[in-house]
Amino acid sequence: MTLKTFKHGIHPDYHKELTAGKKTERAQLPKKVVIPLQQHIGAPCQPLVKKGDTVTEGQKIGDAAAFVTSPVHSTINGKVKEIEKHPHPVGGKIMSVIIEGDGSVKEWGNGSIGLDADTLTSETIKNAIKEAGIVGMGGAAFPTVVKLSPPKDKKIDSVILNGCECEPYLTSDHRLMIEEPEKILWGMKAIMKALGVSSGYIGIEENKPDAIDALEKAKKSIIPDLKIVPLETKYPQGAEKMLIKAILKRRVPVGKLPMDVGVVVHNIGTAKAVYDAVKYQKPLLERVVTISGNGINEPKNLMVRIGTSFDEVINQCGGMKKGLEKLVIMGGPMMGIAQTNLDVPVIKGTSGITVLAGDAIRPAEYQPCIRCGGCVETCPVNLMPYRLTDYARFNEPDRFKAWGGISCIECGCCSFSCPSNRPLVQWLRVGKLRVREAEKAGSR
Amino acid sequence: MTGDIIIISAGSMGIIGAALSLFLAYADKKFKVEEDPRIEDVLQIIPNTNCGGCGLAGCRMFAESVLVGKVSITGCVAGGQSVADALASYLGVETQTANKLYAVVLCRGGEKEAVKSSIYKGEKTCVAANFTGGEKACTYGCFGYDDCVKACKFDAMAMNDNGLPVVFYDTCVGCGACARACPRFIIEMHDVSHKLFNYCRNKDKGAVARKVCKVSCIACSLCVKDCPVEGGIEIIDNLAVVNYDKCPQDTDAPIKRCPTKCILYDEEEKITKEFYYSTLKKTAA
Repeated sequence: MTLKTFKHGIHPDYHKELTAGKKTERAQLPKKVVIPLQQHIGAPCQPLVKKGDTVTEGQKIGDAAAFVTSPVHSTINGKVKEIEKHPHPVGGKIMSVIIEGDGSVKEWGNGSIGLDADTLTSETIKNAIKEAGIVGMGGAAFPTVVKLSPPKDKKIDSVILNGCECEPYLTSDHRLMIEEPEKILWGMKAIMKALGVSSGYIGIEENKPDAIDALEKAKKSIIPDLKIVPLETKYPQGAEKMLIKAILKRRVPVGKLPMDVGVVVHNIGTAKAVYDAVKYQKPLLERVVTISGNGINEPKNLMVRIGTSFDEVINQCGGMKKGLEKLVIMGGPMMGIAQTNLDVPVIKGTSGITVLAGDAIRPAEYQPCIRCGGCVETCPVNLMPYRLTDYARFNEPDRFKAWGGISCIECGCCSFSCPSNRPLVQWLRVGKLRVREAEKAGSR
Repeated sequence: MTGDIIIISAGSMGIIGAALSLFLAYADKKFKVEEDPRIEDVLQIIPNTNCGGCGLAGCRMFAESVLVGKVSITGCVAGGQSVADALASYLGVETQTANKLYAVVLCRGGEKEAVKSSIYKGEKTCVAANFTGGEKACTYGCFGYDDCVKACKFDAMAMNDNGLPVVFYDTCVGCGACARACPRFIIEMHDVSHKLFNYCRNKDKGAVARKVCKVSCIACSLCVKDCPVEGGIEIIDNLAVVNYDKCPQDTDAPIKRCPTKCILYDEEEKITKEFYYSTLKKTAA
């Protein structure tokens, strides 16, 4: 049987065996957390607490009035030590609330798994999700409630849960699917109810047969007609547009959203967070983070409270290997963000911390383009990266735009496939930035 | 036989060519676009380098705009006073005093001063390095690559041996291309009368700023106290900001007690192009 997939893409070394078989452990309660007031796409939050205030676990400490935004919550019991600019893993410094913990934890209620789906309405589910500050947990951190509130003229007919996890090294979604399939499915049911949609899919790469089994077994009693679709193991299978293409054969037009073709895609981790929010009114306080890579002494999957510093998380995994040159990345090696400071906190979109060392780091030197077309053959959105990068480097935003550069999803396939080792994605990002700058200047 | 072919082809090409040239000559007369002949004259007067300093799309647009009075005759920043005078005499209007601007690089944290926190292996341009943060621990300072130098069309900038860009005071025309190229907004355009500058953009608290660079502004406010006019220098966002409307520019009193020597007086005018290259020759020898 040929598996469903999309055209182009690459087959990197996945290295998932480092952590795929390891049960998720609960990380130590941090003594101090740093909660950035912006962990999502959209308007930044305003702090609701002052220096010296006592806060409890789950208390809302930041919110904004805008539509596209997401509140932030304290993840420990304690006292607000400071509200100041603090380094952020996505770059730069962001206003953050720094909380010193008192060591106690709150119980969020256990009991049987399951929701009383009949009494829940679309409105109550959406409210619970908004109040819980849930954002897309695959990495981009787009507020979930916005995806669940499509404009009236857009008919949504399908929901897809993204369990591909195509990024090398990361196994946080994989472990979640094996360990808590019921919670994911109940969360999925709530999402489908909120959108009023009856057809749901879960896309999983076929290199995770145990996760497919676990979900198949669990779905019978919760959502029997949910389709679990095994997909070819290929990068970037988990990119939203690639996933829709593979499962539903629909193409999202350039500059449009999945909503425009009647689909909403959510991450596995988001579904679990939705369940917690609807069942216990529990905000998004912790998430599974894969700490992996050849620079880590004991790779692990950890349930980490948001706001814990990278340094503390890495130390709980036996620390980094000594003596080698290291590269710490938030996320995976393909799309993750390189870090220059380990004082940064784990945020809602931190799916993993990858530490590469020694030979695993790509050398800095690159050679001239030999026009082999490798980047064109692998680009999942059918661009010509070798050409676009020249437009980016020599600052020609008009041509960059005309050749479709803004539809680049920054997956990194082009850089991966380049035999001359050229940093193509970095240039493409420069090109996209230049187009945005030119548009801003033009509208003035 | 072969002779015929040459004659026929040359003849026919000649006839076609003559016919087309007659048509073109007719079209040139018939469809001529009337253009203000003064535009060409103005383009001769202004530098015609398309630097973008006037804020318009190229020198031709400046010429068109200045003729209809949309922009002032002092609008050409690259040309400065001499072009303003020439334009005034050509257009028969009274000349005005052009404000001469020059670029000031407000970071002195080079290789020797700034602390490095990481190794950067990406593309060596500032705009690309800005995605990850570059090598230096300071998140406000100069990356030390040369986007600004590449942007300069007047050969008025160079990277010094400390990894920082320098502006040649005598060559800089004040077009602002370098300021626009800098992703961290370290380069500012200033009037030539400004002499007192705080060469640091680090908005962190003093303790944090001091750790990342030897010449960072720690917001100790000694310069604020030493400024002869109250409010001449203010601390905004942990940074001493000179208020050029109030602060007198003829005294170096505020810089004397600065513990990190980040606020300096009368530094820019010393560096002329000739001076800079003469120092290079000395170190080479």
